[in-house]
Amino acid sequence: MEKRVTFRGVMLPLLLIAPQVFISAVFFFYPAGQAIWQSLFIPDPFGLSNQFVGTGNFEFLFGDRHYRSSFYSTAIFSILVTLASMIPALFLAVLADRLIKGSGAYRTLLIWPYAVAPAVAGVLWMFMFNTRVGVVSWYLGQLGYDWNHVLNGSEAMGLVVAASAWGRISYNFLFFFAALQAVPRSVIEAAAIDGARFWRRFFTIVLPLLSPTTFFLLVVNVVYSFFETFGVIHTITAGGPQQATTILVYKVYADGFVGQDLGSSAAQSVILLLIVGLLTVLQFKFIEKRVHY
Amino acid sequence: MATVTLKNLRKSFGSDDVIHGIDMEISDGEFIVIVGPSGCGKSTLLRMVAGLETVTEGEVLINGERANEKEPMDRDIAMVFQNYALYPHMSVAQNMGYGLKIAGMPKQEIAAKVEAAAHLLQLDGLLDRRPKQLSGGQRQRVAMGRAIVREPSVFLFDEPLSNLDAKLRVQMRLEIKELQSKLGVTALYVTHDQVEAMTMADRMIVMNAGVAEQIGTPMEVYETPQSLFAAQFIGSPAMNVLDAQIADGRVMLGDVAVCDSDQRAGPVKLGLRPEHVAPDPQGPLAMEVLLSEPLGANTLLHGRLAGTEIAFTASLQGVHLANHDGEAMRFGVDPVDCHLFDPETGHRL
Ligand SMILES: Nc1ncnc2c1ncn2[C@@H]1O[C@H](COP(=O)(O)OP(=O)(O)O)[C@@H](O)[C@H]1O
Ligand SMILES: [Mg+2]
Repeated sequence: MEKRVTFRGVMLPLLLIAPQVFISAVFFFYPAGQAIWQSLFIPDPFGLSNQFVGTGNFEFLFGDRHYRSSFYSTAIFSILVTLASMIPALFLAVLADRLIKGSGAYRTLLIWPYAVAPAVAGVLWMFMFNTRVGVVSWYLGQLGYDWNHVLNGSEAMGLVVAASAWGRISYNFLFFFAALQAVPRSVIEAAAIDGARFWRRFFTIVLPLLSPTTFFLLVVNVVYSFFETFGVIHTITAGGPQQATTILVYKVYADGFVGQDLGSSAAQSVILLLIVGLLTVLQFKFIEKRVHY
Repeated sequence: MATVTLKNLRKSFGSDDVIHGIDMEISDGEFIVIVGPSGCGKSTLLRMVAGLETVTEGEVLINGERANEKEPMDRDIAMVFQNYALYPHMSVAQNMGYGLKIAGMPKQEIAAKVEAAAHLLQLDGLLDRRPKQLSGGQRQRVAMGRAIVREPSVFLFDEPLSNLDAKLRVQMRLEIKELQSKLGVTALYVTHDQVEAMTMADRMIVMNAGVAEQIGTPMEVYETPQSLFAAQFIGSPAMNVLDAQIADGRVMLGDVAVCDSDQRAGPVKLGLRPEHVAPDPQGPLAMEVLLSEPLGANTLLHGRLAGTEIAFTASLQGVHLANHDGEAMRFGVDPVDCHLFDPETGHRL
């Protein structure tokens, strides 16, 4: 049964949601409105005047080969980040859940990476994989693998994915661990008596019961990979090599702040807004149906 | 069909000894009730048989074969949990068929078995529902169905009725017993309710703090309780236990003789069931009635032995409209209904 509070008047409920509305207005609706407005103009090279171009910025973008490839990089990047942050997190949570003694210490250790700021995480990974002084690239060299993410686009992508996913594993772990602890023991035991061994139980009982958590994390991680990975990409690859790691949000920055093409940058952020909105709607519409609350 | 043997079975959680050595032979098709107060180790004992807890010491034999190291799934058992433990994301049919599916049974065969079990348990028409769309009693039946479709050798029940209301409990109690004898499957049934134990058990094991106080048929336990604990736990209202003395071959309560005994002289605990004393103006027991409870078929009189603070309860057959409150009454007792226990060990004398 759903529990609902009913109010008599309208003033109190309005008052209660006012802070949220205010914050959303200042930090979300106003900038979004600004972005939409700006996307309709092209500023002159000195930034002194704006020329109205209607959908010109958008038309230009979709004709741009670089912009289309940025779409592709973004798709690859967010799929990889989401998978690389959720699967290990789930695996670790399952291990921690089985462990009775010492799971507290184990949990604390696993939470630390989440406390590391993205840019710092980026620097950390950049040093480990630095082509000249990095520990990991040196070991890879010993093994006969010539690591060079500065030149190799796939390696650069792998590195930014790893650096972005790393801290997220902690976050996802916490949610998965809590969800696992909430799965009734007796249900697992019933399955064991019914003949299901560990992995069978995991896939047919545990995973379906985790689906609300998995769904929530899916949405949150996709949004994360779209928007919050800027710091990592900026410190490690700055979008390179040859724009291999220029995801949409990075391109907004690169074109707007570096290239000073504010109109195009604004148009890009509007598109980004639409994409994330669409993704979230799709996720809720199609995946939520398969989720058992 | 199976026998179950427990040999000096012990369980410790760390340094906490929970089960202190239980021996029992259970024959094929027997309905065994494990009864005792909360926390006495009933579930732990059952879970060791199920393979959900490791055995610290001793042996569990199923069909004469050592099962200590076997996984639950390899023991040919089925269990009904107190909270039913249904799979919340599966339909009733999927819940019941899960074990069969894992065993690799063809789909049609599973469907047929599930349907037959559903029919037996009056669950027809509910097969597509999710557990949360069922009432408590229906969930209970689904849990039963899940246990019976697999045709196990042993049924294990852990307080399966304790979440149901009183009326349903009585009904399900009968149904479970009937089902078990129809299927002829050996059953171990845990409960804290002595009425369930009395009505369902072929034999019961009365547990107290990890020790089997008595193993026997309900009538054996009722008529010749082997310990003070068993005497007071089984039977409702509980047996009166009085401090008495044996002198000159008689059991003395103060200076009145209640019954005879050939035990050696000295202090003794005298147990008298409320339903075994009868009003008798010449009887040895003088009681001051403080409160009477007419229950319909019988009337309970609560009070104390005259001139003392010792609580005493008597149960009189039939409805007694006369209010006995504040009255002094005398009761007599048949010597065969006197139970004597060693005051130190609590063992029957
Ligand atoms: N996993 C466990 N770890 C530690 N102690 C436990 C565990 N399970 C049960 N116990 C203890 O064992 C005793 C018996 O428990 P249990 O078998 O559940 O009792 P019952 O089913 O008779 O109420 C209790 O004192 C309980 O605290
Ligand atoms: Mg219990």
